[in-house]
Amino acid sequence: MDFTGPNDVTEALRTVDYLADDRIAQVVFLASRLSKPVLVEGPAGVGKTELAKAMAAVSGRKLIRLQCYEGLDEAKALYEWNYKKQLLRIQSDVDHDWDTISHDIFSEEFLLTRPLLEAIRSTEPVVLLIDEVDRVEVETEALLLEILSDFQVSIPELGTMSANTQPMVFLTSNNTRELSEALKRRCLFLHIDYPDTEREQAILNARVPDLSQHLAGQVAKVARSIRSLDLKKSPSVSETIDWARTLIALSVEDVDESVLGDTLHVLLKYQTDIEKAAKELTSSPQA
Amino acid sequence: MLPVITGFIDELRDAGVPVSMVEAIDALRAVEAIDMGSRVALRETLRATLVKNLRHERAFDTAFDIYFATVPSPTETDEVADIDGPGPSMSENGQGGHGESGLDEEGLFQALLSALAGMDPDALRRVVRNAVDQLAGMEPGRPVGGTYYLYRTLRRLDMARLETEVMEALTGDQELSEFEERLLKEEIESLLERLRDEIQDEIRRRLVSDRGREAVAKTLRRPLIEDVDLMHATTNDLAEMEAAIGPLTRKLAARLARRRKRRTGRLDFRRTVRKSLATGGVPADPQFRHPRPHRPEVWLLCDISGSMATFSRFTLQFTHAMSTHFSRLRSFAFVDTIDEVTDFFGPGIDFGSAVTRITTEAEVVWLDGHSDYGNSLETFHTRYGSQLTPRTTVIITGDARNNYRPPRDAVLADVSRVSRALVWLNPEPRAYWDTGDSAMSHYARHCTSVHEVRTLRQLEEFVESLTLPSGRQTQNV
Repeated sequence: MDFTGPNDVTEALRTVDYLADDRIAQVVFLASRLSKPVLVEGPAGVGKTELAKAMAAVSGRKLIRLQCYEGLDEAKALYEWNYKKQLLRIQSDVDHDWDTISHDIFSEEFLLTRPLLEAIRSTEPVVLLIDEVDRVEVETEALLLEILSDFQVSIPELGTMSANTQPMVFLTSNNTRELSEALKRRCLFLHIDYPDTEREQAILNARVPDLSQHLAGQVAKVARSIRSLDLKKSPSVSETIDWARTLIALSVEDVDESVLGDTLHVLLKYQTDIEKAAKELTSSPQA
Repeated sequence: MLPVITGFIDELRDAGVPVSMVEAIDALRAVEAIDMGSRVALRETLRATLVKNLRHERAFDTAFDIYFATVPSPTETDEVADIDGPGPSMSENGQGGHGESGLDEEGLFQALLSALAGMDPDALRRVVRNAVDQLAGMEPGRPVGGTYYLYRTLRRLDMARLETEVMEALTGDQELSEFEERLLKEEIESLLERLRDEIQDEIRRRLVSDRGREAVAKTLRRPLIEDVDLMHATTNDLAEMEAAIGPLTRKLAARLARRRKRRTGRLDFRRTVRKSLATGGVPADPQFRHPRPHRPEVWLLCDISGSMATFSRFTLQFTHAMSTHFSRLRSFAFVDTIDEVTDFFGPGIDFGSAVTRITTEAEVVWLDGHSDYGNSLETFHTRYGSQLTPRTTVIITGDARNNYRPPRDAVLADVSRVSRALVWLNPEPRAYWDTGDSAMSHYARHCTSVHEVRTLRQLEEFVESLTLPSGRQTQNV
């Protein structure tokens, strides 16, 4: 997918209802120009994963997703040999000598591809999303380095497999731990923060078409106000969208204290946070 | 362009941001691919390629503003001329900007008001340029960072009055509820914040044209947040550190939970047989039980005396962050006697109210409110010593300045003997230990390890280096 400039990216993403700001558009544009992976960091629910999905939708590529978790290993991220099939091959073939067989069972036929190798081997260009990369241990990060810098995977028995097509790679991180220098060096860095009120309003209007301008503005302002409090978990963009939908379902036309007090639980998920926000924003604290 | 960008990279490195060779090359390659006419494009390109850590963004922004200051395009200058006389220049405003032409202070105020209320960024920029011209009183050649000029301009603009009048302009004659008023106030605060930024940008731009990039960059350079001395951190610094502490405590939690490396647990017979089906019944790949994760017990002892004010605020912050990761964390605070403060950090209690309660409710002062490590430790030992187990890690934070009182370090030997490990974090430079009333070496010899923790970076290094003896072993001293 070739973009002529950042504005082009913004326009393209707008068609799938993803509203990118200058920073996002610029970095995505650079990534496609330089063929480099993008490391997307930011608080939960600001649209990090959504960005990769939107890019897949825009470019018509398949999205291959690797969800990271503690204990993720080579066999689940890269490739694994298909034991059962190898065994069957050995058992079914008694005529050949061992050399031929042993050579044969380590061929591509017996390889089970996992997301990373799949992205490399795909004949069509893909978007590879490595989600929540901060959840794997530091040691496991090393698995990603080869694929990120050279778009290739080395398999000892087979040799090096290079990418057929250049995948577009997004890594997301919630910054629960510091990623290694080696990983960061290979990526473009993109920090996405909560949107400012104008952009949030635009996002709300795009995602919730029934929402009036006036209400969208109010929702965005309340969201900013709540985010400025010291909370356990600030409301994410997806939560403000949920809230806007709730308001429509309740056919609210104007947000006031009582509406806010009654629907705060859509925005905030911890009881202590709800109590605190209710105390700060409304004069009558919720029971 | 090349020399400017390499100069910029040098400045980032001087400010402490680690920029590798590869990243520098990436940046240059990236710059070739973009539209150089756009300042936003250039900024985001350099940011994405050079800065890989959110904590370094402030340093980046400062350096960028200096190295790639906005130069007003010809059209813009014309506009300025149209409205209020000749465009800005250093010499003019140096020698009495008032008379020339333009608006008086009241006129400026009104122009600013309408720009803010109308939320018109271009108009705002023009007014700001004018305001800096007339009010900052900038003198060429003075080696200052611009904060002085900023405050001078802000003072003469009368921000308090501006705030109320913008409020009035935006309210009109509607009746606002308390809730709406709050939202509006926040809106105005963000507008004024933008105004402040504009003024600061304008002042920096002029400083750069007066004294050159390198000189201004050097005046404005500030230590990165991880290098700020904890004993002298400002409130802003502490707030920024708070964000960095989260990942660090998580890492510490993981380190403490780690046991001495045992590769595997006992053989898991059921899973081995299940796995052997894949290899035709041959148990080629034996499976083992996962060793049970270790649940560490951590006790934190914080000196919260006056001399340690800033540092103790930091350690309490650290404690607060830790309490979300350890179910079995107990915290204690001491000045000249010790009290348990674990309950003040219960779930869902925010940091501010916890600190207030500790300073008012915890009984940490016994005689005169000057640090007494000897008495504090002895009290600790008599009251809580019997609850220490070989799984407890004790962390003490403090400068060990004992006001020449007896150190009574013998109790510490006992604490160390019954616990898993005893770690001391001292916020003073190592060179000052044992000078004056510091009794550090008395205590140090009983500790498993002693660390100088003056900055966030050192705390990080401490966490990185942490390898503790396994909980099962009993320590012999």
